Amino acid sequence: MLKEDPFGLKSKFVWFANFQKVLSEPAYINSIKVTIVFSVATAAVAMSVALLLAVMAEKVVRSKGFYRTLMIWPYAVAPAIAGMLFLFMFNPSIGSVAVLIRRMGIPWDPVLNGTHAMILLIAAAAWKQISYNFLFFVAGLQAIPKSLIEAAAIDGAGETKRFWTIVFPLLAPTTFFLLVINTTYAFFDTFGIVHAVTGGGPGKSTETLVYKVYNDGFVNLLLGSSAAQSVILMVIVIALTAIQFRYVERKVHYG
Amino acid sequence: MAEPTAPASGHDRLMIGQSAAGIYLAHAILILGILIVAFPIYYTFVASTHTLQTILRPPLPLLPGAEFWANYKEALFGGIGRIGGVDVWTLLFNTTVMALGIAIGKICISILSAYAIVFFRFPLRMTFFWLIFITLMLPVEVRILPTYKVMVDFGLIDTYAGLILPLIASATATLLFRQFFMTIPGELVEAARVDGAGPWRFFFDILLPLSRTNIAALFVILFIYGWTQYLWPLLVTNHNDMNTIVIALRKMVSFADADTQWHLVMVTAMLAIVPPILVVMLMQRWFVRGLVENEK
Repeated sequence: MLKEDPFGLKSKFVWFANFQKVLSEPAYINSIKVTIVFSVATAAVAMSVALLLAVMAEKVVRSKGFYRTLMIWPYAVAPAIAGMLFLFMFNPSIGSVAVLIRRMGIPWDPVLNGTHAMILLIAAAAWKQISYNFLFFVAGLQAIPKSLIEAAAIDGAGETKRFWTIVFPLLAPTTFFLLVINTTYAFFDTFGIVHAVTGGGPGKSTETLVYKVYNDGFVNLLLGSSAAQSVILMVIVIALTAIQFRYVERKVHYG
Repeated sequence: MAEPTAPASGHDRLMIGQSAAGIYLAHAILILGILIVAFPIYYTFVASTHTLQTILRPPLPLLPGAEFWANYKEALFGGIGRIGGVDVWTLLFNTTVMALGIAIGKICISILSAYAIVFFRFPLRMTFFWLIFITLMLPVEVRILPTYKVMVDFGLIDTYAGLILPLIASATATLLFRQFFMTIPGELVEAARVDGAGPWRFFFDILLPLSRTNIAALFVILFIYGWTQYLWPLLVTNHNDMNTIVIALRKMVSFADADTQWHLVMVTAMLAIVPPILVVMLMQRWFVRGLVENEK
């Protein structure tokens, strides 16, 4: 909330001017939209894939440990490196996967096309988060009593029906918890991916909120604006955490 | 039960309501999933064993090439230095120092603060607890500017202390230890006191051995957290010889596509990926338990 003159001789208290400026900036509104699209898509992809795999892993008995060991690898990979690996595979000039996609007739170019860049980011971010979700879903599935499922099977419920009417509702606490964690992850921990893969571009089509805080503060040196954005981000985190804790408390009561 | 529900013949070992075809389908989906999950890492390895020419002419073959020794030798002894400015050993050393520093520092601080909060009655105890708790909502990403300013004022830019200190304060670890300490029965504390153990003795002889699994799990999680840090090392290091391996890797890629020594980049990527994967795999049991219990 301070304003400094160009030579750094004095700073002035400007109340909420920085916030006003930030919130009326079209680029900031754009980056909010980008963040929402990115977070929702990342969380949805990462969680649904992980849930599917966890349900399958719960079914098999043999080589369960083997599957789990392979499944937790991406957790150990830094987000920035995950981004680079995906960039390497999908890079329009040298990426092998990119070549395959183009052979299928799709003009794939994440360097110039904002939508493609976004898809690439979501893929990289979701890939890294699958293993984490997988572990939690497996733990959640193991907590569901087998007798319930067997009873439903005896009553003639098919596999799909059993999943939607018994397993999924009982898994709700895990799912909700993961939803909050995944959103937080997509909000904050993906800075490395964005920075390594697209740098916010092309244009501003992949500039997320955290990336904008960094970019305005350390590249464009708009310190006041960057600090104001930090505070807004903090409010968002607190809101997310508050949701999580209200939920956890409810779970304690009814769990 | 009035009517016996005999399992269909041939399905004896399966759970009721499961079919053999379903199991095969499950295996198939799992293998497909693992292919997707492990493929990028495998592909990096493949790329790290080919020549630059092969990589630049996609698509890349799916099997490792013949250049494994040549590439790794070049990368380990000088090649990375040519493109990144520093040799790979310095990078690995920096990253290891940072990861270990964060893991060990966090565990020490949080176990001590949890000890104080749970077992001692002192004024403003709950205030301190809430002060710690609130930092849970402030990841580094949110407070980069102020933290950076503080580090500059302390003259800690380009030092290991500057890399490690801001990331050490951890509410998560403190909370975990607090939850665990609260489950320790009061009788145990009293028995120790009757036997003449002071606070230090109680801490070292009783509390530490009891929390060994918690410490191990946290160590894995925090080591990975430290190893994969990106934003903070990016800000706080200016000289190339203080870079972590992740940052250096990013700098190597950022040149124009044609100039990038992709085969060496891929070797470096492997070197950056393998240590944390090894830590996770070797300590898998503790890690899984810690991960699942930690963040509930």
